[in-house]
Amino acid sequence: MILQGLFDVLFNGLSIGAVLLIAALGLAIVFGLMGVINLAHGELMMLGAYTTFIVQNAFKPLADTPLFGLYIFVALVAAFLVAAVMGLFLERQVIRYLYGRPLETLLATWGVSLILRQFVRSVGGSMAIGLVLFSLLFWGGQALLRRRPDWNQLQGRALAVLLPLSGAIALVASFLLNGQPALAKPWFSARNIDVTAPGWLRGGLNFAGLQFPTARLFIIALTLVCLAGVYWFLQRSAWGLRIRAVTQNREMSACLGIPTDTVDALTFALGSGLAGVAGCAVTLLGSVGPNLGANYIVDAFMVVVVGGVGKLVGSVVAAIAIGTLTYLLGSGNVPLWMTQLNLTESLKPLFDFFSFFATTSMAKVMVFALIIVFLQIKPAGLFPQKGRGAEI
Amino acid sequence: MSMQLNRRKFLVLGSATAGSVLLKSCASPGGEGGDTAAGGDAAGGDAASGETVKVGILHSLSGTMAISETTVVDAEELAIKEINAAGGILGKQIEAIKEDGASDWPTFNEKAIKLIDQDKVATVFGCWTSASRKAVKDTFETKNHQLWYPVQYEGQECSKNIFYTGAAPNQQIEPAVDWLLENKGKEFFLVGSDYVFPRTANTIIKAQLEAKGGTTVGEDYLPLGNSEVTPIITKIKAALPNGGVIFNSLNGDSNVALFKQMQAAGMGPDLYPVMSVSIAEEEVRQIGPEFLKGHYAAWNYFQTVESPANTKWVADFKAEKGDDRVTNDPMEAAYVMVYFWKQAVEKAGTFDIDAVREAAYGQTFDAPNGLYTMNANHHLSKTVRLGQVRDDGLFDIVYSTDAPVVPQPWNQYVADTKGFACDWSDPAKGEKFQA
Repeated sequence: MILQGLFDVLFNGLSIGAVLLIAALGLAIVFGLMGVINLAHGELMMLGAYTTFIVQNAFKPLADTPLFGLYIFVALVAAFLVAAVMGLFLERQVIRYLYGRPLETLLATWGVSLILRQFVRSVGGSMAIGLVLFSLLFWGGQALLRRRPDWNQLQGRALAVLLPLSGAIALVASFLLNGQPALAKPWFSARNIDVTAPGWLRGGLNFAGLQFPTARLFIIALTLVCLAGVYWFLQRSAWGLRIRAVTQNREMSACLGIPTDTVDALTFALGSGLAGVAGCAVTLLGSVGPNLGANYIVDAFMVVVVGGVGKLVGSVVAAIAIGTLTYLLGSGNVPLWMTQLNLTESLKPLFDFFSFFATTSMAKVMVFALIIVFLQIKPAGLFPQKGRGAEI
Repeated sequence: MSMQLNRRKFLVLGSATAGSVLLKSCASPGGEGGDTAAGGDAAGGDAASGETVKVGILHSLSGTMAISETTVVDAEELAIKEINAAGGILGKQIEAIKEDGASDWPTFNEKAIKLIDQDKVATVFGCWTSASRKAVKDTFETKNHQLWYPVQYEGQECSKNIFYTGAAPNQQIEPAVDWLLENKGKEFFLVGSDYVFPRTANTIIKAQLEAKGGTTVGEDYLPLGNSEVTPIITKIKAALPNGGVIFNSLNGDSNVALFKQMQAAGMGPDLYPVMSVSIAEEEVRQIGPEFLKGHYAAWNYFQTVESPANTKWVADFKAEKGDDRVTNDPMEAAYVMVYFWKQAVEKAGTFDIDAVREAAYGQTFDAPNGLYTMNANHHLSKTVRLGQVRDDGLFDIVYSTDAPVVPQPWNQYVADTKGFACDWSDPAKGEKFQA
């Protein structure tokens, strides 16, 4: 009985930990390797989840064939690409101007997260056309002007003219198009959307009297694959080597001919893409709506900070530890075992303590409290970076 | 460059951000009442000046509650449109001013103050969660204004300035518990979101189960918006190894997680029937009927109610908002409350808050769910129904009360409020008196 209970705790702790880890993996890369506090990480997850929704709808004609069950793999790839492209855009347009200024990055990405949330709520045909029009005019105009030899002197004035001009044209266009009801209707609206997991991910496997939900097993497997992929990419590939080099010493890497700009963009796109994958994975468990990201972002940061910034292995251990702890406290297993072992009387205060924290809300309080205590003892997390570079 | 941010710095910055987020959510909703209490009497006059009369619509158009509250706004807008098309109220067209409470309770209070003081509306239709209603209650009372609240709730409240057109507990929770005890089993596990409605509702359920021979084998609460339900599922399995009844008062997003993960854990409606009090047709559509099929919900109104008024209303709603839309209980209550306000205003002959309030008592309306009567305790007498989710996401009605149930805002199973009632038609009785 106790053995089965332990096994149960291990599996469920692992499954909660896997969700935490997959949400935190991208963050661990962006934050750990680049030092960028990306508060829009959750919203990149949300974009991944919405991509899953779109892919699922694209597969609807196949609903009765076994092929439909495979949409999730297409969705994973699509979610990675969409989030990575969005991340790339974000890095090029916002974050690269703010490297080394954590407070500004924090505020800017917070702003981006609000924009993205409202974007999925209100995006519709007319708005999309307006955005495309704006991008064409603004960047197209810049590209044209850039050919002139006196671009450097023109730059400031050109931007001052181009930005309001293309903005105004796009606004007027989308305002006019709003007259068409078909175009004015938002695609997703503020309402949550229904992402249905394929049939084979909805049931569970029975083994030795325990039920293993397939969705959880799938997420654990997916997390392992992502981890292995990231490890391979960072440790074994040429670009991984460059990323690590830039992380260790940016100036020296630049001197040696490593394109640090490209490395930054690539790292950020990779982290964002992983957020997209995480977004796709969590559609199997919960609801999909504009606020999906906000539910995960705090947990994700918690994992990275507890694990130690810049170390993937730290994030892995931290995610599993937090997952197991959350489960152990929240499920009320501890008081249950104490009852079974007849320890309720002899260890009464301990029993009362665990019973009090045996609700989901209180377990969360307890986990946060423990993390605070832990960070007092080890402020740099489980696996702090060592060496002279660590505290610069 | 990346090294410029070290861990210690991040912790400082991070905790500053987290702290400010926490502070924001804890900010006290009170504090504004005292010095601006003069607004009330003037409101009626100002609101109705000119060709139009302004009313406020105060719901979450964004945030975690938007999933539900936007549908209620649609129903209110439909009623207002119909009334305007039929000539308005006292010869004036209704002008609705929409404010977004953003699923944030202090924001609700700010917007309520704005509607009352700046827009000088004649009345306000609004709120969904009890937390948002409690946040604005003081404002409406100190400013002596009027709120119409369309959602079933936990009771234990009877404000002079709020009309509750959703179900009181004895019109939803109690009949549901009785029916479950009779048909589904004696052992109950209670799951709810962590705020005032589920906690009060579960107190009532526990008292009722004790009185009627059932047992509460466990209860748990999930923070609003949380979707990690693994510990709860383990607890349910431990407490009810051979199946039993789950009484679910989760609100918003967490429902999706519960039903998706219960199915994955192999807990179907045959062994673990779930009775939900916050899942109606609209939510079924968004969670997905395949996860909910066979589970139950307790309401007054379902789209599948058979009555001429309902057929017409459903058709009108679909014509207005789209064929793919569904109607549900809070929407019906929201639609009906606009008409109750209209009738009260017409009877009073003025938009004055107190006159309208007194004129509202005893009003009847042929609602889609049957005949409704406004009681002097600010709640409606209405028929109670239980439904079971079917393939198409609508409900098969498995039980209806024979006659409209008279509402009891003060719960008769809870020791503190046993024997109390509410009657605003008699100033001597008021909010809470020993019946």
